[in-house]
Amino acid sequence: MSIPVVNAAMLTRHRLLEVCPPTPSFVEMRIVIAKPGLDGHDRGAKVVARALRDGGHEVVYTGLRKTPGEIVRIVMDEDAAALGLSTLSGAHDVLVPAVCDGLREEGLSEVIVFAGGIIPSDERDSLHNQGVRAIFGPGARTSEILEFLEAASGRIESGEPVGVGENSGWRWR
Amino acid sequence: MAMALSDSETMSSALSGSRRDLSRALTAIENGASFDFAAADPWTLGVTGPPGVGKSSLIGSLISKWADRGERVAVLAVDPSSPNSGGALLADRMRMQEADSADSVFVRSLATRNHPGGLASRISPMIDCLHACGWSRIVIETVGSGQSEIRIVAFADRVLLVDGPDRGDVIQAEKAGILELADIIAINKSDLPNSEQAADSVRTAMRLVNGSDTPVHLVSAHDGSGVDDLLEEIESCSFSVGRNRLRAREQLLSAWDSRLLDHPGLNEVLDSLETGSITLDEAVESLR
Repeated sequence: MSIPVVNAAMLTRHRLLEVCPPTPSFVEMRIVIAKPGLDGHDRGAKVVARALRDGGHEVVYTGLRKTPGEIVRIVMDEDAAALGLSTLSGAHDVLVPAVCDGLREEGLSEVIVFAGGIIPSDERDSLHNQGVRAIFGPGARTSEILEFLEAASGRIESGEPVGVGENSGWRWR
Repeated sequence: MAMALSDSETMSSALSGSRRDLSRALTAIENGASFDFAAADPWTLGVTGPPGVGKSSLIGSLISKWADRGERVAVLAVDPSSPNSGGALLADRMRMQEADSADSVFVRSLATRNHPGGLASRISPMIDCLHACGWSRIVIETVGSGQSEIRIVAFADRVLLVDGPDRGDVIQAEKAGILELADIIAINKSDLPNSEQAADSVRTAMRLVNGSDTPVHLVSAHDGSGVDDLLEEIESCSFSVGRNRLRAREQLLSAWDSRLLDHPGLNEVLDSLETGSITLDEAVESLR
């Protein structure tokens, strides 16, 4: 949206509206971004967390080196609708299924799970079969992650299964 | 797969001990649902202070000690939403070690959703909900970087102000009116140089505030020194009747803010103000 002519009063007004909208602003989704396992690199996770925030989501970042059990606990306590797992250590084939199983066991089947980091393309199918709905590797655009979340919430609204424990073959692209 | 429960079903499941449903009930309250709780007296601590002084780390240390004593600790960690996108990045819990594993610790991150007054009005029922579900120590953390954020701690029975060495921010805190609200002051990062001087200057400043006897503790969330003493001070700090009026005042201001921002005529009045067709006084009058 562009405003061709901006005078001081308008600017003040627009700032005022930004700072104090008349009703609580619409929040897209609560999302946990997590770093499972012994992986000390979180630049990517932070970039994604930031991009999701800028897309209007409330993002809880877990910090480094979380166990699958801790991640499930965080998703539960934060009542998150989605969980993004960032892993660059090569242990995704152990850690990601452990998180997905934990979510299902704790009654969090409706949570949307997506992953990112270094996940070789021939290992992606098995993660998708675990209920991971999207995998974003190096070079993925943050706008694409936002599009994925929009598609996923569209599915929720129309009652189509998209959660980690909901039987569905759906995956992003 | 769990069926969607009604709010009241969720609440009764939360009351019978379901952590999952407690979390859902808090979301419902945050989004405006209201529940009736039996009159009770929850134990609450508000923690505020400038960004980066180690509030979350210090709360993390306190959590561990409380958990060791058999208390069940719940933390409501409040961070501001982005004014541009409405989104928020909530990362307080990553500084609290036991937050993600102990059964006796529950941490919920909350965004102000650009409406701190609105959140303030939801904080009380959230506290009541946590108390009713058996959480014996309830901590509310806010960044002390804006008046309305600070106001949220006025909903706690006791207030801990955290500062760090080399900041001189106690003057900022004084300006924001938070010093008067603080029951206890902690100078964190005592493992760093100059922390003793920082504590001294805060003590000096405090003596100038009407001969205040607010205790000032030098602590380190990093190496744990002083945290036991701070915990004892917090535990022995009774509900301060002297600050009742201040607290009530901040709560009233929060509620007032909230009412103004939720006023159905707000947009119209802003339009008129923008074009200059009414004065500020007239605007205030019409939003009464």
